[in-house]
Formats: sequence, C-alpha cells, structure tokens
Amino acid sequence: MKTALRFAALVLLAALLAACARDVREEPPAPEPPPPPPPPVEVERLDARDFSDPRNLDNPDSLLSQRTIYFEFDRSNVRAQFRPIIDAHATYIQANPSARVILEGHTDERGSREYNLGLGERRGNSVQELLVAAGVSARQIEVVSFGEERPVCRESNEDCWQRNRRTEIVYTAR
Amino acid sequence: MPGLILLVLLAFPLLASAQLRIEIVDGVEGAMPIAVVPFAWDSDLPEPATGVAEIISANLARSGLFEPMAEAQMIEQPVRPPEVRFGTWRLLRVDHLVIGRVVDSPDGIGQEIEYHLLDVHSGRILLSQALSVSPGDLRFGAHRVSDAVYESLIGVPGAFATRMAYVVVSDIGGDDELFELVVADADGFNPQTVVRNTQPILSPAWSPDGRRLAYVSFATGRSNVIVQDLFTGQTEIVSSSRGINGAPAFSPDGQRLAVSLSQGGSPDVWLIDLSNGRRQQLTHHWSINTEPAWSPDGERIYFTSDRAGRPQVHVMDADGGNLQRVTFDGRYNAGVSIGLEERFLAVVHSEGDNDFRIAIFDRENERMRVLSDGRLDESPSFAPNGSMLLYAARENGRGVLAAVSADGRIRQRLVASEGDVREPAWSPMIR
Repeated sequence: MKTALRFAALVLLAALLAACARDVREEPPAPEPPPPPPPPVEVERLDARDFSDPRNLDNPDSLLSQRTIYFEFDRSNVRAQFRPIIDAHATYIQANPSARVILEGHTDERGSREYNLGLGERRGNSVQELLVAAGVSARQIEVVSFGEERPVCRESNEDCWQRNRRTEIVYTAR
Repeated sequence: MPGLILLVLLAFPLLASAQLRIEIVDGVEGAMPIAVVPFAWDSDLPEPATGVAEIISANLARSGLFEPMAEAQMIEQPVRPPEVRFGTWRLLRVDHLVIGRVVDSPDGIGQEIEYHLLDVHSGRILLSQALSVSPGDLRFGAHRVSDAVYESLIGVPGAFATRMAYVVVSDIGGDDELFELVVADADGFNPQTVVRNTQPILSPAWSPDGRRLAYVSFATGRSNVIVQDLFTGQTEIVSSSRGINGAPAFSPDGQRLAVSLSQGGSPDVWLIDLSNGRRQQLTHHWSINTEPAWSPDGERIYFTSDRAGRPQVHVMDADGGNLQRVTFDGRYNAGVSIGLEERFLAVVHSEGDNDFRIAIFDRENERMRVLSDGRLDESPSFAPNGSMLLYAARENGRGVLAAVSADGRIRQRLVASEGDVREPAWSPMIR
C-alpha cells in the first residue's frame, strides 16, 4: 500500500513537473560537442501546453508525451491525477482530424487470462469514454485489450503489477 | 462459408519443440507394486531405443498409484503366460505382472503389441490382448496398453493415450517474445509447434475428436479466434469482430464453438456454428462474461461472470436460458474446467487478491477444496478421465506446468528446459 501511494505521488509529481517544466528546459547538454542549432525562433514558439501541436507528442515537457494511464487492482476507473493527460490528448485528437489512436488495455498477471482480457478492455473503454466526453469522435479511437499478455514489468510483486495495470494511448496516425 | 476466411498452409510444417520433463512431487502411500517386463521384439523393423515396457512403466509410475519394479531386479523375463513362474514374483513382492512382445502385423502394415496382465497372487490372467499400431505409432500403442492396465487395476479408464496443448513463451531479444502453441503426448514426448508468433497466443481448446485446436491469436495486433486442423494445418479465422474475440470452447458434438465476444460493448458469451458461421448471443449483460465450458452432454454452459461484482462461475442452458450463479465461496472463482459427470468443477480460486490457487468445487456437497499452493496458479484443465488436473503456475519467476490428482494426493511438475510454459489444455481421449 505504501509503495502504491508513493507511486501515485510520483506520477502526480511527474505530471506537475511536466506542466511547469517549460521554464527549466534550457539546460545545455554538457558532453555533446556542437549543439545542433535548431531554428531558435521556433523553439521559443513551441508551447508545451499547446495540445494541438503534433511536436508536443514528442516533447518530454508536454503532457502529450505521456501516454500511459495507471489503474488500481481489478478497477477500471480513471483516477483524478490522470485526467489532465487524457484531456491533453482529447484536445490533440480533436484538433487533428487525421489522428487515430488505439487504447491498449492491460492488466497485471493475477487471475485468469481471459477474464483479464475483459478487464483490460474496461480500462481501455474508461479512457475512451473520457475522450469522447471531451468531444473526440469515436471514429478516431479503437480499444484493444491485451489482458495480461503484454506486461512492461515481469516480476511478481506490487511494484511491477501497478506498472502493468494500464491503458496505453498509441497513435497509429498523428 | 460467408464471413470465414480460409488460409491453407501447404505442407503443414510441424516443428519440433523443447520437451517437458515430468517429475513426481508427491505419490500415494502404498502405491501398487507392479513389474512390466521388457517386451520381446519379434519384428523385422529396427527396435527403438526406448522399449514399450519402459514407456508403460514410466506412465504407471507417473500416475502415482503404481510402483513399477526396476528392470535390473527382474531375475526372469517371461514373454508368454506359460513361462511365468508366479512363485518368483511373489518372492519379489510384486502384485501384478505385465508381459508381452511386439510382432509385425499379419497384414504387413505396422505392428502389433501382444500383452498380458497377470495377478501374481491368484495366478490369473486379467487381460490378454493384441493391439495393432500404425507405423511409427509404437509409443502411442504403449500408452494404450498403459490405459488398459490402469483401467483393469484402478477401475477407471486411463488417460495416457492423450495429448496436451500448451503455450511456450521465450525471449528473443529486446522486448520481443516468441509465443509458440505446442502439442505433446501426455507424457511430454513428441512436442510439436502448431503455430508461432511474436504476438500473444492463448486459450487453446481441443475439439472432441482431438483433431482440431481452437485458440486466440493476436497475430493481427487484435484478438482473433482461430481453429486449426492438426493434421492438415488448415487454419480458419472463426471470429475477428471488433473488440475481444476470446475463450473458445468446442461443443461436445464438435459442431459449435462457444466464445466470448465484446462486439456489443462488453464481453458476452456467444455461440458460433462452425458449419455456417451463424452466431447466437447467449448472455446480455454489461459485465464480463467469458470462459465458457460445456457440460459433457452439451445441454449447459458454465462461464465466468462478474455481474455480482467479482468474477464467479455461473451456468446457463445452452440457449442462454435458466442462468444461475454456481460459486459463492471466496472472492474470485474463474476459468472453470468440468470434471466427470459435471459434479466436480476446477477453478482458479482466490480468497483475497494475492493468492490465486486451483480448487475443485464439489457441486454435490457444495464444498470448495483448494488443491494447489502457488500464488499465481491458473488455467486448470481436467484429464478426460477426471483423475488429474493440469494447471499453470509460476516458479522462480518462470511459468511452469503442474499436475495434481483430483483428490490432491498426487503431484507432478512438468519442467521445460527454457521458456515460460502456460495455458495447458488436456486433450480428450484420442481414438
């Protein structure tokens, strides 16, 4: 339970950091010899909170680069701290009609595999419902459950399990 | 066949796979002493390295109910009943004796196993048979002899002449995994890969004639239900609807497949007629309804549903009517496998959220009996004679198979040299 809380706190912290990280971004990477000169004007203009901008999908400072929603055991409701991530993607998908996402639902390894397929789908559906409620067209979304078949962590302990109980937002078209 | 895609693989390549080694963890006190004397080889064909008697001995030992004598202790090796001196075997404290020989078939095709089962104490012949085996089928012939001996002495049919299907997952570098669906004889020999893919494969289910396997494949990136003919390799995508296509189970007549589909928004149990692809929805509920399992007479379907909050076993008529909850004991009962006469139901059982064990629910006295002691046990599958259960467990971070007798007294581990082994399915009796 303690680790679960710590994990949740970390996720929350990461979300907060990402939201305000724009100001601390200019650190030069020390060992790289000549820093690649990107068009400076454009860097200035990339607003990590502009969730309609495709560049933010790859911008680690933007919420759009976060694509994983975590769940509690045997639950499929989205916890409040993950709502900002889902809202950011809702904005993006609405602003980019060609965007297509697969919501991959996953569970931890406990219990039967087929039941977990159902549970993984519920987790995908929960995220889908929030996206649709925010105005996204259901035609841009597909839910695919992998149940417990695609863990990101393979040890049999709660630390691993909470990383495996997730919905991944996978862009098949941006 | 509208809506069914047919993929025919020419020259179906069955690939040899890593073999499972079966170890006995627990046997019973007072297992029956028996001697299976090496069979004479009266055949023109080359004699295999492992003899028929050795295979029979290993089978009987594995059952946990017999204690076969080591060959080195057999001071006489009779072949025919008149050659048996019962006094010798009584001195050796053996209750029963199996003798025999392998001869070429009189019709010139294949061979025959002539065998005799004798009661050492009474001097009576209990069984005397000649079993013809097709070329290359001697191992399976030895399994059939084992079945006959087992039935004669235990009173229920053996399940040695059967096969098992399971999934082996191995790391192939990076984050990639290889999923292989393997079919092997019940003693672990002759493992052959039926299909392999880097996407998940799960839930193999046998057709009642043992010819076909249904399973779930993510080869397309989404779940599909596949039926594959083990002899021709012919593969048919039976269901690829939007959402989950899972949990296939052949009806006892082999004509229909019960599946779990979420095309309606949540997983429900459906029937698919395999001759015309026609579908019938059996459950209509927003909860998860999956893992259908047929009663032996095909009249009822057991399944997992969490309509009451947590997953529990339910049952309904095969047309979806008369739905009832079956299990109430514990927080979690799922993945049901039906034993003989529908009295015993094997399930994945949990009292809390952390220990998932195999249990047998006895419908007659409504008792749940936990049979395994792992933390992540799953996928129970009854032997066709109801005597043993195969299931999947985790051991030192690896997936392994285990077997336990229905009374919990006999335990085996099925060990692979590498990879993660899971999703066992015991075949029906192979005729």
